[in-house]
Amino acid sequence: MKKLLSLSLAAVLAVSATACGNSGSNNADAGDSDASAAGTEAGTEAESTESTGTESEGTESASADGGAFKIGAIGPMTGAASAYGTAVMNAAQIAVDEINAAGGVNGYQIEFNPQDDEHDQEKSVNAYNTLKDWGMQLLLGTVTSAPCIAVEAEASADNMFLLTPSGSAVDCISGENAFRVCFADPDQGTASAQYIGENGLAEKVAVIYDSSDVYSSGIYETFVTEAANQPFEIVASEAFTADSKTDFSVQLQKAKDSGADLVFLPFYYNEAALVFTQAAGMNFAPKWFGVDGMDGILSGVEGFDASLAEGVMLLTPFSADAEDELTKNFVAKYGELHNGEIPNQFAADAYDGIYIIKAALEQAGCTPDMSASDICDALKTAMTEITVDGLTGSGMTWSADGEPSKSPKAVVIEGGVYVGM
Amino acid sequence: MRKMKNMNKTTKENLITYGMVIVAYLMVEILLKAGMISSLLQGLLVPLCVYVVLAVSLNLVVGISGELSLGHAGFMCVGAFAGAFFSNCVKDLITVGSVRILLALLVGAVAAAVFGLLIGIPVLRLRGDYLAIVTLAFGEIIKNVMNVFFIGIDGSGIHISMKDKMSLGMAADGKVIINGPQGITGTPKDSSFTIGVLLILVTLFIVLNLIHSRDGRAIRAIRDNRIAAESVGINITKYKLMAFSVSASLAGAAGVLYSHNLASLQASKFGFNTSILVLVFVVLGGIGNIRGSIIAAVVLTLLPELLRALNDYRMLIYAIVLIAMMLFTSSPAGKAFRERFSLKRLLGRTKEGKEEQ
Amino acid sequence: MSFLSYLINGISLGSVYAIIALGYTMVYGIAKMLNFAHGDVIMVGGYAALTMMLNLNMNPFVAILVAIVVCTVLGICIETIAYRPLLGAASPLAVLITAIGVSYFLQNVVLLIFGSNPKSFQSAVTFGDLQLAGGGLVISDEAIVTIVSCVVIMVGLTLFISKTKAGQAMQAVSEDKGAARLMGINVNGTIALTFAIGSGLAAVAGILLLSSYPSLTPYTGSMPGIKAFVAAVFGGIGSIPGAFIGGILLGVIEILGRAYISSQLADAIVFAVLIIVLLVKPTGLLGKAVQEKV
Repeated sequence: MKKLLSLSLAAVLAVSATACGNSGSNNADAGDSDASAAGTEAGTEAESTESTGTESEGTESASADGGAFKIGAIGPMTGAASAYGTAVMNAAQIAVDEINAAGGVNGYQIEFNPQDDEHDQEKSVNAYNTLKDWGMQLLLGTVTSAPCIAVEAEASADNMFLLTPSGSAVDCISGENAFRVCFADPDQGTASAQYIGENGLAEKVAVIYDSSDVYSSGIYETFVTEAANQPFEIVASEAFTADSKTDFSVQLQKAKDSGADLVFLPFYYNEAALVFTQAAGMNFAPKWFGVDGMDGILSGVEGFDASLAEGVMLLTPFSADAEDELTKNFVAKYGELHNGEIPNQFAADAYDGIYIIKAALEQAGCTPDMSASDICDALKTAMTEITVDGLTGSGMTWSADGEPSKSPKAVVIEGGVYVGM
Repeated sequence: MRKMKNMNKTTKENLITYGMVIVAYLMVEILLKAGMISSLLQGLLVPLCVYVVLAVSLNLVVGISGELSLGHAGFMCVGAFAGAFFSNCVKDLITVGSVRILLALLVGAVAAAVFGLLIGIPVLRLRGDYLAIVTLAFGEIIKNVMNVFFIGIDGSGIHISMKDKMSLGMAADGKVIINGPQGITGTPKDSSFTIGVLLILVTLFIVLNLIHSRDGRAIRAIRDNRIAAESVGINITKYKLMAFSVSASLAGAAGVLYSHNLASLQASKFGFNTSILVLVFVVLGGIGNIRGSIIAAVVLTLLPELLRALNDYRMLIYAIVLIAMMLFTSSPAGKAFRERFSLKRLLGRTKEGKEEQ
Repeated sequence: MSFLSYLINGISLGSVYAIIALGYTMVYGIAKMLNFAHGDVIMVGGYAALTMMLNLNMNPFVAILVAIVVCTVLGICIETIAYRPLLGAASPLAVLITAIGVSYFLQNVVLLIFGSNPKSFQSAVTFGDLQLAGGGLVISDEAIVTIVSCVVIMVGLTLFISKTKAGQAMQAVSEDKGAARLMGINVNGTIALTFAIGSGLAAVAGILLLSSYPSLTPYTGSMPGIKAFVAAVFGGIGSIPGAFIGGILLGVIEILGRAYISSQLADAIVFAVLIIVLLVKPTGLLGKAVQEKV
């Protein structure tokens, strides 16, 4: 009985393995022969550029004249971190559709293929390999730090261009092929400590951080290191973990008992919403100071009483209610396509990411018939030459080590909107 | 116990299991040489080996020893960190990848076996669901403690802290190897499919020999009737502990293989969900059925990747397939259905299919 | 002073665990299965109540009733489709795996419908916090409601099981399915009723969880679910007062551990205490002393 079953399963497996191998090789062939075959392929399909529709996956759209750039993206679209990955994919799709509608990059269209990694290193590498089979030439991703480190090692070995919108850990861009849109963790920690110190915001500071998270603990470390040089004292540093991030009463009580007049919160808005609610419940009202993950607190949590976030200070590169044309246009479009949701900093980074790739491709004069490795080599130089005005900063430039030059902007929430400080 | 009646049949069964692994290996190697395997599948080869070893080793506890363990990922975690720590320390001393990973596998397996023994002694006094929950608890403790471990090396030796990186008090030339929640990064990528398959074969050799040895019969006797086994003088603690720690050490070895395949290693990976995932392989493959575990591990690891074309519906379909497979393989109705329809014919076909390969 | 306030916080957190654990332990006691999807039914209950209140502007109490109905129906569906066919399976583990499958299924269905952004809502409980010692100690109104509901449900369930006919049928099924069937008890119906009640309780738990910790995502249920499972085992799985005590103790230990030992290792401490308790008392605090048949 068991034997029967195992044999039949073995057969299924064998079939699936070969099928997988075949389909994979087809894909790989398609990728390799892009140079010659892409033209005819595109010619036969001859799709018009109506890809601005809501549900367009971008994958089917082929350009009218000779191939398209294949941009892959990796991020969590299911699992506990899916809010961040989904925001990135939605925004990147908007940017791709805009570019395609406006005539593409160097006259070529962009094909965009988002893949899910469930915020897991192993799945992320699987997603990367899937994209390679698809013929990816440039990678936007990954969204979260820990998987990004694993994927970056693979991409570095393949010489594949990688631009992470929001992977902020130092190791995310250790290779020459990797660049990022957001700030690095150490920059945020240091900048926050300096800002608090230089502006004399507090004398006693408490820190609450997620000790199971790469992003949060990374910022915490540099914040504490820099705090030693600043005129304030850290009176409490309390951790929470991914398994117990609903109840913050102890951390808040300790911060309250330590007499802190400012609490530094280097983590995401999901948890911050709970922190503010619980602090209000225990009559604890210090100054709050957050980092870029805090962006989204006003609109990311549906039903959250935004008045609780009144007076929160944060360092953020993006503000959804900025008055410039670019932001207004982006926020309107995002809301239109996604049930009136207001985009957060992840979305803004991703939107910028696509335009940064566009600028670099144009600077280097790349064409879709180049191999991924050639494009990567060309972009390594091009990235250091371009200057991009985006949602998350104007006049952004990059150094060869992949870090963007933009300075965090401090804002305070007043009357439910960000106000520059 | 069908298998025990006829030694020849047992040997044959075992040979089929080994043969299946070797044939699969050769097939993949040939396809690799011919360039017929997609990058996705190439990338999946090592994880497949990891999960196969995990499933087989868990089956030793769940199927053969009859104890439900929900903390298997904890042992994998110990092995992964021990092995990766070792490799990072000797990265400059030993430059041959295959030697380094063999040593790392040993280190990881020994470390996990020690944990298996330490945890097994108290845990195995419990029964049933209480044992399950205690193994779950130990798994979570290992994950949580690993998450706050900071270990660095500098000129003056090894520094260990359980608070944060700053309290290590490292000299300027020091290197932090285990960095708390950020884990270990930069482990050399020493894992390969060949090493993975070798590990599977070693695992099968250990597990199958254990099952069919005198010790294995004692272990199964305890599973089937504890009181009867005790009354014929079988030392229950000893045999249970043997199965538990062998299983733990093999899971540790799988962890080493895992940690040498990815550039970043974090403790958060080794939680309850990973333990459950491996348990799913074991139950779906048939409890106590080693070959079934191998096949279920391969099929269920490939499934979500092959479903990528479904985009947003991927994990939903995965869940439905999981429930359907379980109903089909385990429910009395499913069994009746399979017996009624074309099983004989299906058997005939698969056998031919096997021979053709 | 701060100790008292930690204690109060611990009891508030524990009461949420307790109310989830009640549903867990009830299903286990009767059907002898670990329903790992219980946490996700809680999450569905939360979404149901939220949709009624935010999108249909329903009165909170009507919304809660609707959520209970939704979860009860869901519980019966899950039991019929995914669990009942496995009642006669060779291994009790088979149903554990389908429970996990159901858990993934519910998470992903909700993800597709409601998206991944967290949702929050203004607590339905609005009679104000209880202030003691001149505002130094605050007991939130949500905590009071949760504890009171917990006690009411516990007493109600105990009475239901010991006094009513259906409840006695449940006891009979839990003792011996075969014998119960011979006595003319509808075994499948009884198990379905157990699931229906357990899932209805899950809806209440979901709403209370959300009132105390207002952040709802498709994955909200899984971690409290596991903790509640631990609480149920802690108290002696299958025992209804045990689930209550286990839940409260778990919450208190977690909070005190975080406050006085290490905030990074709070979970490890909870699990360590659990292990020690089980080693001393292998069937939990109030578990039956009779030998479990494994």
